[in-house]
Amino acid sequence: MHDALIAELRAALAPDRVRDGALERTLYERDASHIRGDAAVICFPLDTAEVQACVRIALAHGRPFVARGAGTGLAGGAVPLGDPVVIVTTKMDRVLSVDPGALVAWVEPGVVNLDLDKQLAPLGLQFAPDPSSQQACTIGGNVANNSGGPHCLASGVTSAHVVALEVVLPDGAVTTLGGLDAEPDGYDLRGAFVGSEGTLGIATRIAVRLTPLAPEVATLLIGFPSVRDAAAAVSAIIAAGLVPAALEMMDQRITRAVEDFVHAGFPTDAAAVLLAEVDGLPAAVAAGTALVEEVGRAHGATSVQVARDRVERAGWWKGRKSAFGAIARIKPNYYLHDTVVPRGRLVDVLDAIDRIVEREDLIVMHVFHAGDGNLHPLLLFDAREPGVMDRVHAAGDEIVRVSVEAGGVLSGEHGIGLEKRDLMPLLFGPDDLDAQARLRDAFDPEHVANPQKVLPAGSRCGDLQAVPAGAWI
Amino acid sequence: MNGALDTFAAEVGGPAGGPVTCVGGRTQWDAGGPIAAGAREVRAPEGIVAYVPSEMTVQVRAGTPVSVLDEALAEHGQTVALPDWPGATVGGVLAVGRSGIRRLGYGPVRDTVLEVRAVTAAGAVVKAGGPTVKNVSGYDLCRLLVGSLGTLGFIGEVTLRTRPVAPTSRWVSGELDPFEALARLHRPTAVLWDGQTTWICLEGHPDDVQAQADLLDAAGVNGPPARPPHRWSLTPGELRHLPGRAAETGRFLAEVGVGLVHAERPPPARPVDPVVAALQRRVKAAFDPEGRMNPGRAPA
Repeated sequence: MHDALIAELRAALAPDRVRDGALERTLYERDASHIRGDAAVICFPLDTAEVQACVRIALAHGRPFVARGAGTGLAGGAVPLGDPVVIVTTKMDRVLSVDPGALVAWVEPGVVNLDLDKQLAPLGLQFAPDPSSQQACTIGGNVANNSGGPHCLASGVTSAHVVALEVVLPDGAVTTLGGLDAEPDGYDLRGAFVGSEGTLGIATRIAVRLTPLAPEVATLLIGFPSVRDAAAAVSAIIAAGLVPAALEMMDQRITRAVEDFVHAGFPTDAAAVLLAEVDGLPAAVAAGTALVEEVGRAHGATSVQVARDRVERAGWWKGRKSAFGAIARIKPNYYLHDTVVPRGRLVDVLDAIDRIVEREDLIVMHVFHAGDGNLHPLLLFDAREPGVMDRVHAAGDEIVRVSVEAGGVLSGEHGIGLEKRDLMPLLFGPDDLDAQARLRDAFDPEHVANPQKVLPAGSRCGDLQAVPAGAWI
Repeated sequence: MNGALDTFAAEVGGPAGGPVTCVGGRTQWDAGGPIAAGAREVRAPEGIVAYVPSEMTVQVRAGTPVSVLDEALAEHGQTVALPDWPGATVGGVLAVGRSGIRRLGYGPVRDTVLEVRAVTAAGAVVKAGGPTVKNVSGYDLCRLLVGSLGTLGFIGEVTLRTRPVAPTSRWVSGELDPFEALARLHRPTAVLWDGQTTWICLEGHPDDVQAQADLLDAAGVNGPPARPPHRWSLTPGELRHLPGRAAETGRFLAEVGVGLVHAERPPPARPVDPVVAALQRRVKAAFDPEGRMNPGRAPA
């Protein structure tokens, strides 16, 4: 049975693009989360027709399928469950067309986020979502997770930047959701598809909305004597009527770790650092910069620097985005969380997280999108320590719980996947989950597309199961 | 748990309640075709539930007039990117899903919605999305409901993202090439064109607005002319060819950069991909198996 599946897939694609060796199966059994599944066979299609062939062959053999981009997802969304055919989109990496007049580009799902921006920059354009993993993550993955990034504060997350999608549906049919026109007819199935974590089908071509680069950019680095002061400054900046392009916070632990690692020029004596960016036309940028500086000083800022030039700005952003690499110097493993709380509750929730982490005897660092209340507590540990994973999970679940209790949500940009699937009832009641399950079932009644993700068991008359024993690593 | 919403849900009722239609300000009542005869009318509750200006979010009941919401927000220098058709309600404009003429600058209405509480065909109150400005917890039913014309559920209450009112807002007009003007300006709020004259809305810091206006050979005006009644949905690139289609459109006012055309004559029917049509039917059946929510109406 398995041999027939492999043979059909090889005939439809090419022998070297259908792999089931031990090495590949190990490589693709997980994503960047701490959860492991089992990849039966891994396919590397080159175009829509090959993706469709993979799906149809999987269906004919009664197998589910799991789409995967670069595997940078942190919530286990691409972990293969149910002995699936894994469909990797990384070889579909062409930018198919760019229309600077209409501000739209068609891209394949395997295009790397940063590569797209590099191609667009000479035209004075960008794709606004910029996850910290943008050097590796793909546009297809961004669509699946409705990804964000530091610069989504003013410009919105992926859904606001995708106008149409060519998709292979769970029954193998190919169609286009949304459209390049202003008001496509019918239900916004494009909107429903974005962020559905591969459970409604596979996007094979994506029409992204392009954003003109701002003529003027100012980046500020502000040191504060406490996290509390920095968080209060964040609220005050927004309350003053300014929505900066980005408003990021780093605590002292992460600032020092980053500084040791990339020498970005961060003030290591500050208890918290804000990285703020204001962009737009010159007068607005000047006024915004002055406002950020004034609010910062009113909240006790110990230092205020404005990036002198593009090089300094790029250095600061490199420091911010490489924060997760820097922490390997402190502990060998980390677990990155992702919740959102109302801006006004940032300080309370940060305090609560510190208490949780202390109780579980772990180390936490904070580097996060403060402007939209999107926390990213980073738990550091050594996985060789017996029993440590239990403490990491206990702390993680508790962090999610206090975030939701503070009026927040389960995830701001990493998604639900497997990691938070069973926490969905913290935010949603039975009727809410039932409605989500109805959408899922309308697209995929048999649950063949990325099964057992997003919705917990029993959301409807589901056949979902608990995360298999031994899957957490 | 939530008095006004629960009362609304009870009014909508379950399948035994029969066909039912939700009425807002009736400003777009023709959208999606006539409601089947005999459908019982209900109205969503009114009132602002919570507004914290520093969060830049507002929780509001769907029956609230957009003008009432806008007044409350204006007291704190904020607004919301919903069209301000006279008499329109928040729930009405979201159910219809059509944007106002500032869409180029403000984005489509669907992107303003963070959380929805809707009453389902079963008469239950369902929450979708979340109250924070950023959220990817679960399926995005909010976007599915926006523009669904009440055929999947009736919006009862929403949390919307607000935006600061620009320090300066100014309309200028002249006989300009609108495409060239759009390329020259940095993210104008609106560029409208009737084939001959262009109207541009510039917003932002007064000095920036002046500098942008100085790039154009245009004079200050109060605003754009009245919009013809019908909406054509084109791609931004197709607008260039509009003057050659005058026989089809009649007088028109096009939203350059967006693709929307307000025209004197109705748009031609557009073919729907059968795969999409089947998917739409499955979605409708999943949410409203008896077909009791706004019967007769279809968002296509």
